[in-house]
Amino acid sequence: MTRSIIELETTPEDHRVARLAAAAITLALVDSAIPLPLPGIKPGLANIVTMVVLARHGWSAAAWITGLRITASGLLLGNFLSPAFFLSFSGAVCSLCVLALVVRLPDHVFGPISWSLFAAFAHLAGQLLLARLWLIPHDGLFYLVPFFATAALIFGTINGLITARLLGETEILHKAETQNA
Amino acid sequence: MSRAFPTGTAVPAPKQNVEMLFPAISLFRPGDCFVFLAACVFCFLSFSFLSRGGIAEKAVVRQGGHIFARIDLSRASRIDIPGPIGTTTVVVENRRARVLSDPGSHQYCVRQGWIKRAGDIAICAPNEVSLEIEGSDEVYDSLNY
Repeated sequence: MTRSIIELETTPEDHRVARLAAAAITLALVDSAIPLPLPGIKPGLANIVTMVVLARHGWSAAAWITGLRITASGLLLGNFLSPAFFLSFSGAVCSLCVLALVVRLPDHVFGPISWSLFAAFAHLAGQLLLARLWLIPHDGLFYLVPFFATAALIFGTINGLITARLLGETEILHKAETQNA
Repeated sequence: MSRAFPTGTAVPAPKQNVEMLFPAISLFRPGDCFVFLAACVFCFLSFSFLSRGGIAEKAVVRQGGHIFARIDLSRASRIDIPGPIGTTTVVVENRRARVLSDPGSHQYCVRQGWIKRAGDIAICAPNEVSLEIEGSDEVYDSLNY
């Protein structure tokens, strides 16, 4: 029997996307392991990776990593193609669209905390929209908005702070590396 | 697309004391504070939207389109409403109301259980009885509008 050798040409860009997607998937798993009182609320730690990538490598890399993360974490958690998966998907699409816009805001005025808050609320809007149109076609759903909005506010701020801190630190590392070289 | 993240540039001197207490403050940029406050306002508004229609005060029972009784929610009570196919029983307790029994075949209004928000309504169509919670403010009525 001959061994079939399939070689895939990979670029350094692919490697980077794979590495960062792995980090995002890990955080997505951590997310789902954190117990929270209301179903549907989670910290969204994986968005930290999305925002760091957005700042460092641009929007398309961030979109790739988000897509890979949703698919892989859906497979790992066993909810691939289930309603939870589609909610996650619609939330991610909305927040990526909003991120594409807010990342263009002036740097010195709006930082990662703004991005994170915008992304969190866009995620909430995307999920609610899909849930209202498809899963629970009843306006009673909107009675949950205040609780979800509060969660988006709290976790959006926390994730934004972590992202800002990470970007600040990697900036120092980057500067040190370039100075040493 | 690579972006520069200047560290320490957004640290004005007078804020030093605050930053020693809350080191995270220095990570906020001017626009971030604005977005954060806007998000806080949105949360606050969404909570006030929850209590829209004011405080639930009365339970209005209608039979055949006419008001049969207007019951104060603060007192526990029980009334029987005669209709074309039998008697519907409504109970008020702990500032909420429900249809306890109804002769209708589907029992939708009974299975709806307790209702307590201003604007909530349980309708027993076969017996032409409706039970509605009335608040201190007028609520947009999607049924009659």
